[in-house]
Amino acid sequence: MILQGEGLAAFRAERLVLRDVSFAVDRGGCLLLLGPNGAGKSTLLRLIAGLKRADAGALLWDGSDVAQDPVAHTGRVAYLGHLDAIKPALTAAENLRLAARLSGADPAEALAALDLAPLAELPARMLSAGQRRRLALARLILSRAPLWLLDEPTVGLDAASIARLGILLAAHRAAGGVVVAATHLALPLPGAAELTLSGRQGALPLDPVSLRESGSGAEPSP
Amino acid sequence: MTAFWAILGRELRLSFRHGTDTLAAVLFFVLAGALFPLAIGPSPAVLGEIAPGIVWVCALLAAVLPLDRLFGADFEDGSLDLLLLSGLSPAGLALAKAAAHWLTTGLPLLLAAGPLAIMLRIPSPALPPLLLGLVAGTLDLSLLGTMAAAVVVGARRGGLLLPLLVLPLATPVLIFGALAADAAATGASARPHLLLLAAVLAAALPVCPIAAGLALRGAGE
Repeated sequence: MILQGEGLAAFRAERLVLRDVSFAVDRGGCLLLLGPNGAGKSTLLRLIAGLKRADAGALLWDGSDVAQDPVAHTGRVAYLGHLDAIKPALTAAENLRLAARLSGADPAEALAALDLAPLAELPARMLSAGQRRRLALARLILSRAPLWLLDEPTVGLDAASIARLGILLAAHRAAGGVVVAATHLALPLPGAAELTLSGRQGALPLDPVSLRESGSGAEPSP
Repeated sequence: MTAFWAILGRELRLSFRHGTDTLAAVLFFVLAGALFPLAIGPSPAVLGEIAPGIVWVCALLAAVLPLDRLFGADFEDGSLDLLLLSGLSPAGLALAKAAAHWLTTGLPLLLAAGPLAIMLRIPSPALPPLLLGLVAGTLDLSLLGTMAAAVVVGARRGGLLLPLLVLPLATPVLIFGALAADAAATGASARPHLLLLAAVLAAALPVCPIAAGLALRGAGE
């Protein structure tokens, strides 16, 4: 198993959103995070990315704890958050330049893979929401990282773009990559393992504050 | 190292695209300096005596202006997460940001400082130590400012907190910088004050990026 979570727990804004979460994904595997709003899907993705530290438990990559060397872990991760991280003043191609320089990959190829090549020289402020999402996906595939973390990747995408994303995901998995995705919508990911988060993981929360608040797992978080 | 230069390049590209930020800081610097003769009166003797102090205070205030957006813009659109995942340590990222702040704000201020000081009729022996002090001083301000900007990133109204954090920390820089120019104007040696400025820089160079990196880690949570 290349990616393993063991008894992960995390607080967000003094609320215990993850408790005793365990999973394991093999090379070429995929883990779908399911659950209502506020269940901790995005928190778990940030935790796997290393952007947030687990308050308990361990995250293992290829058997070794990622907390030992967090900077090395960032090199394995390609993260697509719920924000697109697109700079409106730069052109589509310029938005990819940093990722391209970091990985040495060709940005034109990534733009073509998401059918953005005709828009390459357009300032990103002129792109629609769906086109921006595709641009963020183009940056994701540029990174050449083995672990893809996707937070609602299909938001704003049309059917043709979702089909394109399916091809990219399949190619990434065929090359031995790992995909962890949080979603409410059907993703083109055949044979994916599912992990359902309820926002009330395990039995009792750890302290009275979260005891009072963790009963509201289905509510959107503040 | 590739990541450091790549991020610095990105910052400069963004800054050139939003050229108004640099221009606003420099114009603020010159305008604020030009207000003093209007308030105090144009007497060359009085102005020349306080010119180094005016230049230093205005440079300090102008350098704080763009700090709010240093991490704030990246935090709001999600870019900060990607920068933290770029393979560069958070301290390295902070150092790249500080270098970008100096190149886009400190360096233009430095270029504008000479004309402003001459406009305020600074005594000619005081001009070289003033500019020399500003070289170290603007670097100090970029490092201190980056640290403060990293601390307030994600905080509501962080922009209002920033000057309150930076200005007290910058007082040693201001004191030594103004003293260097004053010493030269009275015929004394500016060297000890300039060396103290360099010492502040030597301390800030490792400490500020590390502190900023820790703060950025916290902001990602």
